Amino acid sequence: MPSIAKPVIASLILERNAIGLTIRDYEGPMSTLCAGCGHDSTTAALVQALWRASVWPHRVVKLSGIGCSSKTPTYFLRGAHGFNSVHGRMVPIATGANAANRDLLYLGISGDGDALSIGLGHLSHGIRRNVHMVHLIENNGVYGLTKGQFSPSADVGSRSHRGEHNTLAPIDPIRLGLSLGATFLARGFSGDKAHLVPILEAAIAHRGFALVDVISPCVQFNNHVGSTKSYAEVRAHQLQVTDVVPPQETAALSASDQVVDVAVPGGGIIRFRSLPSHYDPTDRRSVAAYLEDHAQRGEVPTGLLYLDESVPDVHERAGSTAVPLNELPYSVLCPGADALRALQDARY
Amino acid sequence: MSVHLDPPRSVVEPLARHRALHPRPPSVNDFGMSIATVNGTGSANANSLLVRAIFRMGVPVMGKNLLPSNIQGMATWFEIRVSPTTQLGRTGAHDLVVAMNLQTFDDDVAGAAADGVVVFDSSAGPLPNRGRDDCTFLGIPLAALVTEAFDDPRQRVLLRNVAGVGVLAALLAVDPTVAIELLAERFEHRPQVLQANERAFELGYDEALVRVDCPLPFHVEPLDVTKDMVLMDGNMATALGCLYAGATVAAWYPITPSTSVMDDFTSLCARYRRVPEQEATPRATAPGAAGAGAVTTSARAAVDPTSLDCPPGFRNNYLVIQAEDELAAIGMVIGANWNGARAFTATSGPGISLMTELLGLAYYAEIPAVVFDVQRAGPSTGMPTRTQQADLIAAAYASHGDTKHLLLFPADPAECFELALAAFDSAERFQTPVLVLSDFDIGMNEWAVPRLEWDESYRPHRGRVLTLAEVEMLARFDRYAGWDADYVAARTIPGVHPRAAYFTRGSGHDSLGGYTEAPDRYEEVVDRLARKLAAAACALPAPVLERRVGAMGGVITIGSTDAVTREALARLSAEGIVLDYLRVRAFPFHDAVREFMAAHDRCIVVEQNRDGQLRALLSIETETPIERLGSVRLYGGLPATVDEIAEGVLGALES
Repeated sequence: MPSIAKPVIASLILERNAIGLTIRDYEGPMSTLCAGCGHDSTTAALVQALWRASVWPHRVVKLSGIGCSSKTPTYFLRGAHGFNSVHGRMVPIATGANAANRDLLYLGISGDGDALSIGLGHLSHGIRRNVHMVHLIENNGVYGLTKGQFSPSADVGSRSHRGEHNTLAPIDPIRLGLSLGATFLARGFSGDKAHLVPILEAAIAHRGFALVDVISPCVQFNNHVGSTKSYAEVRAHQLQVTDVVPPQETAALSASDQVVDVAVPGGGIIRFRSLPSHYDPTDRRSVAAYLEDHAQRGEVPTGLLYLDESVPDVHERAGSTAVPLNELPYSVLCPGADALRALQDARY
Repeated sequence: MSVHLDPPRSVVEPLARHRALHPRPPSVNDFGMSIATVNGTGSANANSLLVRAIFRMGVPVMGKNLLPSNIQGMATWFEIRVSPTTQLGRTGAHDLVVAMNLQTFDDDVAGAAADGVVVFDSSAGPLPNRGRDDCTFLGIPLAALVTEAFDDPRQRVLLRNVAGVGVLAALLAVDPTVAIELLAERFEHRPQVLQANERAFELGYDEALVRVDCPLPFHVEPLDVTKDMVLMDGNMATALGCLYAGATVAAWYPITPSTSVMDDFTSLCARYRRVPEQEATPRATAPGAAGAGAVTTSARAAVDPTSLDCPPGFRNNYLVIQAEDELAAIGMVIGANWNGARAFTATSGPGISLMTELLGLAYYAEIPAVVFDVQRAGPSTGMPTRTQQADLIAAAYASHGDTKHLLLFPADPAECFELALAAFDSAERFQTPVLVLSDFDIGMNEWAVPRLEWDESYRPHRGRVLTLAEVEMLARFDRYAGWDADYVAARTIPGVHPRAAYFTRGSGHDSLGGYTEAPDRYEEVVDRLARKLAAAACALPAPVLERRVGAMGGVITIGSTDAVTREALARLSAEGIVLDYLRVRAFPFHDAVREFMAAHDRCIVVEQNRDGQLRALLSIETETPIERLGSVRLYGGLPATVDEIAEGVLGALES
């Protein structure tokens, strides 16, 4: 993707994370997206979440398909490999990369056209397999690079910048994910970075397919009156149902804070606080009913919406060895001449 | 056929032509037969028993399953060719016809050779000979015998075919102890099934001895030709090649006739790539896995370590993913190869169509990928259980834009093994997809081929991949800079070092890997890609070439057309019609292919598709005028026969 070089300025006053890196180590070149694009705010939130999570940049793989959102992996984490693939096919590429090396963090960034239209099948099967990866959908209800057609997440009645009204029911990735057996579902808003960063941190900590639907308005083609995905509309209808509490903020918790900790197999916890106190993101049936109910009212529930850490990922299900498959020496992979002879003797 | 403006001029003597097209009568260890049955009745297993018994008697044999795209109830044929040499091409008319299917009886009888033998089930009385007074009709009441001996209706259906094999064993002097031995091996763990099969075999065998003067004039006599050979289908050989190449990731979507590549690979991996957990290489970081805890020895004893599900206490050194479609399958293969694993997929024509966009990405972004295309008859769904070589052009230029791929063409299962290894090595050396094109005939039929040998000194050619130490010595890394004599630049694997990071893109990029729309920078990269593919041509497996004294022209062929063409050429040669021979094994074409065409005024391309795709590729890629290339095309979906090719080549020589 096109980008504009950004000088790296060393600074002693920048805070360092647990592995001694500053926020600069997580940045990339300047974005070439439109000024005010929700995706740039999401990128900034990701940079912060990755820094706070103290992830080694080169242990992250950034992947995307095609579209405005898919351009963003260029704009952060210059020390990580990136893969801008083909429209709609990011999840299979990520699944294959994860198959080869289960030890890296796979960070897929997609849009609503990429993930919910051309790539919907792959998204669904990525969820079913519980591929260990983070999958962001930078969701603006519109095709930006082709100038404003409705995407599959456009709401009924939403008006395009050319004046058409959408009549097709939207695909809601969260409710879709719930029906497919997703293990981590969250929604954030690019205009609400304070809540988005901890959601992304939790997604990074999750062991499995972490789907984060980020409502990310398109300032050029879908931020007008009549659009349901404009900054103003989303602000007016956002309904924060849970608040993810970053582990490093534990000290700031008071005794009255009702937090819930969910242990992540292999280490770490995901901690959250329910805002409507009855909202339980670990109870699938009540989550389904709640989301259905609030979708009918045109509200946009945000926060950690569903979490299940008990489901194995692709490798655990298959029984893969702990060593990344791309690191196994050839000597353990080749059965040798005697085995080939014996196998043919048995067929003679 | 191509259009020729010159008047026909024959270079072939009429008498030689006549003799070349009329093979000698059948004899001991040299005959062909067809067994017509109904599918889903166990006939394929029964017939393969006969093939294996003949093979174990040391006699070269070939079985070809000509089946419908159906699970049960439709007509199916199994052809067997026996030869004292290893010439095992399909013949035209059958010396022996076993007409067990009344639906196809008339056609089957019509397919018998002159003075042939027809065996039929006479349980319902004699059947009309349909004007074939020249043939000998042998009626054996198989259904009646089996119905009397067995009570279970399903068993009666299955065992009728086994009894039929007993009849054939008697007629053809196949050693019954060898057949019983094979049954015992197959049903080692199912004694009751074994007993029923033995009994059915003996019923047929004994009945034939009573009713017929056994053996027939053409029959089997033990030889010593097969001890260094193996009976194997191409899909199993391909799976073995992937196992030995060190492939650790496979992704696929089921499609006939490629499915058994992945079924076999999965079974082989469960057997050879599974290690007890305690012996698995420990990894440095915490696994983040809810994996099975320690398993006691007694618990382990109860599990089958080679079951398809990985049992507790064991770990797999491989991962096979059944994808949601072929787009996902090739995407996973590209992702895994990009990330440093050897990964492959297996598919057939419709899958190739779906994979094309991502194949273009892998070509342009220079990512290794290995695809096995077990070709079937197209276009569209076509005939899934029939054979063709009709994906050549689709594979060669798969994807939009200026795209070209490396292709390999195995001729038999032994080469499926060899070329699977070459495919992984070439894909990684040239950082590009390699498609291996076999077909239904190779993939799904068991061929008698030289035993697969393993050279312990083999090491995978992993291509130019920078190690951590090499990255640490670099001031900076640019993905497509610093290419070598192969026009290949070094790549890096994610997770090694921050300085190794680069951005992979299918969008326009320059030699450093950066995004570009600048004409000269764009052209620099695509021009290098063209040179890279050209450089690969002479590094890929060379063509097989046979030159003969006094040749009047040359024949060029490909893949499974090889064996049957050689046999046809041997027959023509015996009548003085001598031709040089070349079989291409890879695309882009080796220089030797161009030289062969330049050296022969008269070149005939023999292939199994309607449009002469190999001929077209030869012309396009070598700038040879297409009118210089004669063409023989066989595309009905059944493997080409020796007779068809001999006739086609003669026709092309005469035109």
